[in-house]
Amino acid sequence: MNAPRVLHGWGRRIVIGVPFLFLVLFFSVPFLVVFRISVSESVGVRFQELLTWADGAITLRLKFSNYLFLASDPVYVLTYLSSIGFASLNTVICLVIGYPFAYFMARSPAAWRPALLMLVSLPFWTSYLLRVYAWKGLLDDDGIVNNLLLWLHLIDAPIRMMHTPFSMMVGMVYTYLPFMILPVYANLVKMDLRLLEAAADLGSTPLATFWRVTVPLSTPGIIAGSMLVLIPSVGEYVIPELLGGPSTLMIGRVLWDEFFRNVDWSMASAVAVSMVVLILIPLAVFNHYQTRGVGRGSGA
Amino acid sequence: MNSRFGRAWLAFGYAFLYIPIATLIVFSFNESRMVTLWGGFSTRWYHEIVHDTELIDAFVTSLKIALMTATASVVLGTMAAFALVRYRSFFGRAAFIAHINAPLVVPEVITGLSLLLFFVACEKAFGIFSERGIVTIWIGHTSICTCYAAVVIQSRLLSMDKSLEEAAMDLGCRPFQVFLLVTLPLIAQSLVAAWLLTFTISLDDVVTSSFLNGPGVSTLPIVIFARARLGLNPTVNAVATLSVAVVAIGVLAGSLWMARNERRRAEERAAAYREALTPA
Repeated sequence: MNAPRVLHGWGRRIVIGVPFLFLVLFFSVPFLVVFRISVSESVGVRFQELLTWADGAITLRLKFSNYLFLASDPVYVLTYLSSIGFASLNTVICLVIGYPFAYFMARSPAAWRPALLMLVSLPFWTSYLLRVYAWKGLLDDDGIVNNLLLWLHLIDAPIRMMHTPFSMMVGMVYTYLPFMILPVYANLVKMDLRLLEAAADLGSTPLATFWRVTVPLSTPGIIAGSMLVLIPSVGEYVIPELLGGPSTLMIGRVLWDEFFRNVDWSMASAVAVSMVVLILIPLAVFNHYQTRGVGRGSGA
Repeated sequence: MNSRFGRAWLAFGYAFLYIPIATLIVFSFNESRMVTLWGGFSTRWYHEIVHDTELIDAFVTSLKIALMTATASVVLGTMAAFALVRYRSFFGRAAFIAHINAPLVVPEVITGLSLLLFFVACEKAFGIFSERGIVTIWIGHTSICTCYAAVVIQSRLLSMDKSLEEAAMDLGCRPFQVFLLVTLPLIAQSLVAAWLLTFTISLDDVVTSSFLNGPGVSTLPIVIFARARLGLNPTVNAVATLSVAVVAIGVLAGSLWMARNERRRAEERAAAYREALTPA
């Protein structure tokens, strides 16, 4: 017997149907509600019906003014661009710090690796909110870093670090670094070391081997790690709110303010819809690379 | 690459990851209200949080939501993982996969906003979900956590040896019996892992909860976030230290338990071999 017998009939319907229905009802349908609100006329928190039935005729009323406003207002456009900018910068810094880190982890003695790995993933189990808050205490004007530097007489006056792009980037890199290290490590640790020996036997220097063999072979890990850092950091809200300042425009924060401060639900919805579109672009690029990578792998 | 440079890089990396947590702990024992200036050792902030009813109520609420979320997510996630691994083709499988992956990449501000607007629409249309609080936050957390649970359980199901299930079926087990008696014990560890993961995600969530909470209902992260936004607050340090302590004890106990299981399994295996090798 090859294929194991599994539940059929009602059992099968329940196993597939229950989680599917749950996610459709509480994930997709709510998003459709957001889309509907983003294109409907609103007076405060009241919305007009999209379809109205009057005098025997159906009228469809769509309002794209929210989107036109988004596209024409320089503040929104700037915020979108700066969200992508900060998220990309975060990805690059995480890669520059995380790749060598993962590399040295993977090349450390096998007996140490489980402990090293656990130490990277351990912060995941503690509260992310509290870890971001910790940087507030470190980077504040009279924070720990400034106090230490003053005490060592390295500076005469506190350096302003808090509520600047610097403090926000520190928080972002700190939060997302493990997301880069873990996939890159997973890739590097299972690499066939004989390939490196072969390169050395053929006269390659260690540095040339690293750039021409190790790095290209670890591309899938780099791409996976970059996506895990890039995509969530575009929509980040907590870090810009706690560590960022007036100059660190992030789209997640704009959505929050439209909703909670301006109580403009249809504008917040339009921001949400355009944010999803923004995230779909890197995802499409990721998928493109992934399918290309598979194609290359099978061709070899 | 030379190993001294490598060791230095690792040391700096771990320092970067752990120094912030260490400062949180150190300054939770600070006498001074100024979080960043050392004023002598004291446990006054711990006394303060024990009597802080806002904090305690929020913690109890968070705990309730996290317990409900983790349990519901593991049940739904197990079903979803089975559907993905065992039913290779069914109507809407691609859409199903998209529904498992999408909540993992969509920012929480969007998940929170859309669920809240959905609940408001439901209230207008059917009069349900008019009271927002524990139940609505629970639904929000579960819709995200189910996907995490599904991913964890799915990877275990994929690596599982199917021949054990087949053997049970050949011996006359019904599909549901096979699931309860063979499959469930085999994937138990991943269920525990998924439960713990979703529990911590729910306990830590601030964004989704902020959208879905109602008047008078606050979770612990909402209270902490409100205090952290206003500035540095020593009670937040005390809460952080307690949570780090719980995690550290949990991880230590977990790894000891796993090591013991492994040792026992190795002993059992050795005993079985000895028995098999001893001539009767």
